Amino acid sequence: MAERAEPVITPALVAGLGAAALVAALSLGTVAVVAWAAVSPMRLGAGDWAAVKFTLSQALVSAALSTALAVPVARALARRQFRGRGLLVTLLGAPFILPVIVAVLGLLAVWGRGGLISAVLVHFGLAPLSIYGFRGVVLAHVFFNLPLATRLLLQGWQRVPGEHFLLAAQLGMSSRDINRVIERPILRAVLPGAFATIFLLCVTSFAVALTLGGGPRATTIELAIYQAFRFDFDMGRAALLALMQFSIGLGAAVLAWRLARDAAQDPGLGRAVRRWDCLHPLSRAGDVAILGAVSLFLLAPLAMVGLRGVMGLGLLDAGVLAALMRSVIVALMSAGLTLALALALGAAVARRRAGRMAPWIESAGHLSLAASPMVIGTGLFILLYPFVDPAAVALAVTALVNAVMSLPFALRALVPAMRHVQSVEGALADSLDMGGWARFRLVTWPVIRPAAGFATGLAAALSMGDLGVVALFADPDAATLPLYLYRLMGSYQMTAASGAALLLVVSSLALFAAFDRWGRATG
Amino acid sequence: MIRISLMAAGLALTLSGASTAAEKPVLNVYTYDSFASDWGPGPKVEKAFEAICDCDLKFTTAGDGAALLARVQLEGKRSKADVVLGLDTNLTARAAKSGLFAAHGITPKNLAVPGGWNDPLFLPFDWGYFAFVYDKTRLKTVPHSFRELAAAPDSLKIVIEDPRSSTPGLGLLLWVKAAYGDKAPEIWKGLAPHILTVTKGWSEAYGMFLKGEADMVLSYTTSPAYHLIAENDDSKAAAIFDEGHYMQIEVAGKMATAPHPALADKFLKFMMSEKFQSLIPTTNWMYPAVALKDGLPKGFAAPIPADKALIMSPEAAQAARDAALAEWQSALSQ
Repeated sequence: MAERAEPVITPALVAGLGAAALVAALSLGTVAVVAWAAVSPMRLGAGDWAAVKFTLSQALVSAALSTALAVPVARALARRQFRGRGLLVTLLGAPFILPVIVAVLGLLAVWGRGGLISAVLVHFGLAPLSIYGFRGVVLAHVFFNLPLATRLLLQGWQRVPGEHFLLAAQLGMSSRDINRVIERPILRAVLPGAFATIFLLCVTSFAVALTLGGGPRATTIELAIYQAFRFDFDMGRAALLALMQFSIGLGAAVLAWRLARDAAQDPGLGRAVRRWDCLHPLSRAGDVAILGAVSLFLLAPLAMVGLRGVMGLGLLDAGVLAALMRSVIVALMSAGLTLALALALGAAVARRRAGRMAPWIESAGHLSLAASPMVIGTGLFILLYPFVDPAAVALAVTALVNAVMSLPFALRALVPAMRHVQSVEGALADSLDMGGWARFRLVTWPVIRPAAGFATGLAAALSMGDLGVVALFADPDAATLPLYLYRLMGSYQMTAASGAALLLVVSSLALFAAFDRWGRATG
Repeated sequence: MIRISLMAAGLALTLSGASTAAEKPVLNVYTYDSFASDWGPGPKVEKAFEAICDCDLKFTTAGDGAALLARVQLEGKRSKADVVLGLDTNLTARAAKSGLFAAHGITPKNLAVPGGWNDPLFLPFDWGYFAFVYDKTRLKTVPHSFRELAAAPDSLKIVIEDPRSSTPGLGLLLWVKAAYGDKAPEIWKGLAPHILTVTKGWSEAYGMFLKGEADMVLSYTTSPAYHLIAENDDSKAAAIFDEGHYMQIEVAGKMATAPHPALADKFLKFMMSEKFQSLIPTTNWMYPAVALKDGLPKGFAAPIPADKALIMSPEAAQAARDAALAEWQSALSQ
């Protein structure tokens, strides 16, 4: 008899609903606040439809390329064990957590008119490279999002039990057979979600799209929102554009759900993964070439940020350390909050009797992907201003908003792991009548710890690098590091700003690596 | 024991310090980020004014002039701001219409702003000319008008700021409009092949220029003075255009709802004084609004003659902006 999914009210469900409500209030509620504050009727301008069109087309191409390229990279990483692999995986994740302006200047140092490649071309009497335009936007978005796509796909591979590959080897399967029998179903399960996530990240892009897009052709919805706020002070239009962004997000999410097929959750016995099918030198050479090329693509701009930053480090004064401290505190608060929210949502979603509410709770956690940071910030400002001094709550609000912005990525990592625990250990734990804290501590936590470490690290690093809403609430004496960096640049201090950028990259990566290692440490 | 008494003494000092600070009225000045930053005029202005006002000057910042106005509009009549410093004349029509500002009642003396001044709500604190800045060691054939720039080989690239998100970007839009009127779309079409890209703000554009990405960048005629005075680097120069240069006049105003109107008046008077004005050139890298006793600092080029100054009145700028933006967008989107 089919088990009917009846929602049962438990503390886990209540916590999950609470977390979902918080995210919904921050992302959708702030749109309502902005719309409510509007004086003029809500309507879109002529240029707004062009913005929608451009936003969709660049996001589709960027997301398609990022995920397509991530397949061979994740496959090569999943198949190979080598010294420094962990470090490489961490470093390859760096572009995703870079502050926009740092990443753009790093990219231009390689691909720009004054960059490395152009320098070589000019040396041989050729014209310098021109990347500005649609391809520039796509290049930058692939640079940012290929690491995330790789990481999301890699998680899919890592959920395949080692026994499957042992069995495949015993059956004499070739790499091609394994691809058909094991790897394709994994991709089928994870690719749509990864695609939708990256698509939405590219939808909400603004400064990257504008700078590399080469002009007003490259106007995205987020830029139109920005314009509505500061150029026209037309909050009705801003709210309408934000709603449009949400509808695109909803469309992408629905499509991803329909396409995704859940891979069979096979518990396995925890055997280490070994791949007997990849020992051929040719297959090895192929993987080495793929990993080499992607490392060069992702790490060369970072290396340029590092090189230019070293010169600027000497120009920094004590103010930068105070800003760094503030950013670290915000990042830690934000990461802790992300983890708490993700666990609450994950527990509600992964319950055996999650019922029909589960998809709603899970998608609520992803709402912030399609949210406009400008609208969230302004909405919160309108709400809080009558009651508190914005500067007094600047860091707390920044931590909260950053936490909600990182939540979708944390959920991507945690929810599959929590479902996995439920499917593997759930029956045994139930039969032992184990529940609550004991069950979480003894059964769930040991299994999800790596995913939790990764999610927390990612949230901390994203918070470090994000200018976020702090600029709207800022207290001039309490800048975070990204805001400090922007202030340096705004005061002609470009060399010092490169130093601050290097500091930001190193500290973000260090935070990420620390949590990631903590997750993977045994004991 | 000693440590405890020291701590107690320290605590007592901090507390007493806090209480005297609390007795002093707090003057809230809203300004843009770079004005209040450690490298801007803010810290020195604060020190100088607190020495004479028996008050505590507190800055609150927003990203730039347009963000500043949006912030004050969001706060509305509940705002605790006394003075808003850092709007420019392209924004003041909107600011005046908001009804949030009060008349300053000051007649400035020794004014050095070309074209004079008679705005009852806002007072100028500095000004400058927009200009394309280049590197003398890299660019040999320098264009001296928009038409020459348009006629230059396509390999000459400029980077400009987006008028929708940046005040210099809006300045350029009005510059072309003021110089060419109905012919502005034609000029933009001519400039299009030279526009490498459009950035969100001045920092991104100037950063890209310094990294060698473009030959020229939209900035100010005073930018080379920064490199000369602060970095001892004389390689940067501003191209002087025959059409004349659009001005940015930065202004401050008193809020109608100012909690400390008398202090706000005192601050605005101080703003027009030698003490404040002499800080401007080498911290905000703009021309002072009042003629300084000792003239401009060494290394600061004299401003181009006043008959070359272009500017639209606040009302004209407000009226021209939407149509000019549409022309700009359509010319650059082809």
